[in-house]
Amino acid sequence: MNGVVTIARYAIQESLRRRVFVVVLILSVGFLALFAWGTSAAFDEVQQHLDVGESPFHASETAGGILLGLAMFAILFLGSVLAVFLTLGAVRGDAERGLLQPILVRPISRMSVLAGRFLAAAAVCGAYVVVMFYAASAITRWAGDWWPDRIIVPALGMAGAVAIIAALSVLGSVYLSGTANGIAVFMLFGAGLVGGLLGQIGDALPSARLERAGTITSWGLPFEALYQNSLYDITADAKGIDRVIVKLGPFGGAHAGGPGLWLWSLAYLVIVGAIASWAFSRRDL
Amino acid sequence: MPPALSATGLEKRYGSVHALRGVDIEVGEGQLVGLLGPNGAGKSTLVKIACGLVRPTGGHAQVLGHPAGSLAARSGLGYLPELFRYPDWANGDEVLHLHQRLSGSRGGSAERRELLELVGLADVGDRKVEEMSKGMQQRLGLAQALIGEPKLLLLDEPTSALDPAGRIAVRALLEELRRRGIAVLLNSHLLSEVELVCDHVVIIAKGATVASGTPADLARQSGVEIETAAGVRKFAQATRDDVPRIVAELVAAGEQIYDVTVVRSTLEEVYLEAIAGSQP
Repeated sequence: MNGVVTIARYAIQESLRRRVFVVVLILSVGFLALFAWGTSAAFDEVQQHLDVGESPFHASETAGGILLGLAMFAILFLGSVLAVFLTLGAVRGDAERGLLQPILVRPISRMSVLAGRFLAAAAVCGAYVVVMFYAASAITRWAGDWWPDRIIVPALGMAGAVAIIAALSVLGSVYLSGTANGIAVFMLFGAGLVGGLLGQIGDALPSARLERAGTITSWGLPFEALYQNSLYDITADAKGIDRVIVKLGPFGGAHAGGPGLWLWSLAYLVIVGAIASWAFSRRDL
Repeated sequence: MPPALSATGLEKRYGSVHALRGVDIEVGEGQLVGLLGPNGAGKSTLVKIACGLVRPTGGHAQVLGHPAGSLAARSGLGYLPELFRYPDWANGDEVLHLHQRLSGSRGGSAERRELLELVGLADVGDRKVEEMSKGMQQRLGLAQALIGEPKLLLLDEPTSALDPAGRIAVRALLEELRRRGIAVLLNSHLLSEVELVCDHVVIIAKGATVASGTPADLARQSGVEIETAAGVRKFAQATRDDVPRIVAELVAAGEQIYDVTVVRSTLEEVYLEAIAGSQP
């Protein structure tokens, strides 16, 4: 355990020294400022032109859900970028640079090195997406007096999604060099999002085949299902026409995951970790 | 007391490349063993197997009585890789601190200070690695390898980036390690370095041991040369013990003797002879 903590601390210390977090902070503040400006303008437009008192359609409610959904997509992307860049060279990249060998000669298991790198990335990226989710939610509250229907589960879902991305990146780093691994994980990220979108379209049409494609993607890449679940939860109480409109958009979750999703996500992390650990134990350095 | 390092029949294949073909080696407690061989001979592979970085295809290796690569084996060794790289964002003291934590050393700042002083970096412990010269980084690597008072040190080309003064300092360091009873496997291309400090030398070529022995054994006698009035006469098979008899016979035959030399091969000559045929 001491080895895991030491490696995690070392990874975070490296990011701090390389000013990764300063860059992330500046870009995130920029994103939030843009989001606040856009959200404020959107709510103004909606409240002036679309909100009709007695209508069953609540434009501000719908706009809030869609705008926060958009922010969540951007936050997931930024969190995933961070997760990938913190881990893409964890094994092969560091070994090629000669940084890993002196560490592995110390009396710590290879699994500890992987666990330390994963935990550091998952903790940092998880905290990042949670903070960003609450910041974006606060902006929708400020700009349009709209607050998500659920606030804890969506944040946890986003944190879980980036943790899965980090785990896939650590696994990829055992086999691939840094650049190849980064490309591979981002392609998986894109494939997951496209699969989820197909599932949403299939649900709206409805098309059983597209829905099945979405379901398979969710099982194979559960970060996407966690993200969808988070999207669903922010408008969980929306009904009638509001629900239909939110579901139709790309930033409205079509499906709630249910408890099975969380169990599968945990199992998925364990399986990915076990494969990475097995592959790393057999690797000559 | 088990040897610091023992390997028998060590084999390693990388695909179709046979890097090691049944190498035997032993480094006794407190012994300084030099490992020589041309590029691609398998020296670094042998060292990496001892460290647990590479898995052997065949044979066995033990470190301090434990299987090479096991946690118990790694608890007692220090390693300086041939490609030495340390995090460029950290300073020397932080690199040593990281390795103290990983090795479970309780030496604290006193150990770090002592090691930095031992390798001549006492004044630059707070300097970032990226601001250090290659030679300084290699000396930092030596200090890192000594964290936690290892019983076996595996040094892979420890003077490759050092200037002549740095090499002399490392030789002095190796003498100091011997005095402290630390066993060392020194993988080096510098024959003079190995000849000067090692108790035992192993020469490998094409993944196999081609010569082994003490530097004195390897630098064996190769005849006697006697300078007479008629010129230098060579007795290729003669040894030092034959000198009185040969001289007596020559004097009896009316020769005048001016000089007698017992010829010895240098380690360089032994090395070149041993690896002959393994070079492309």
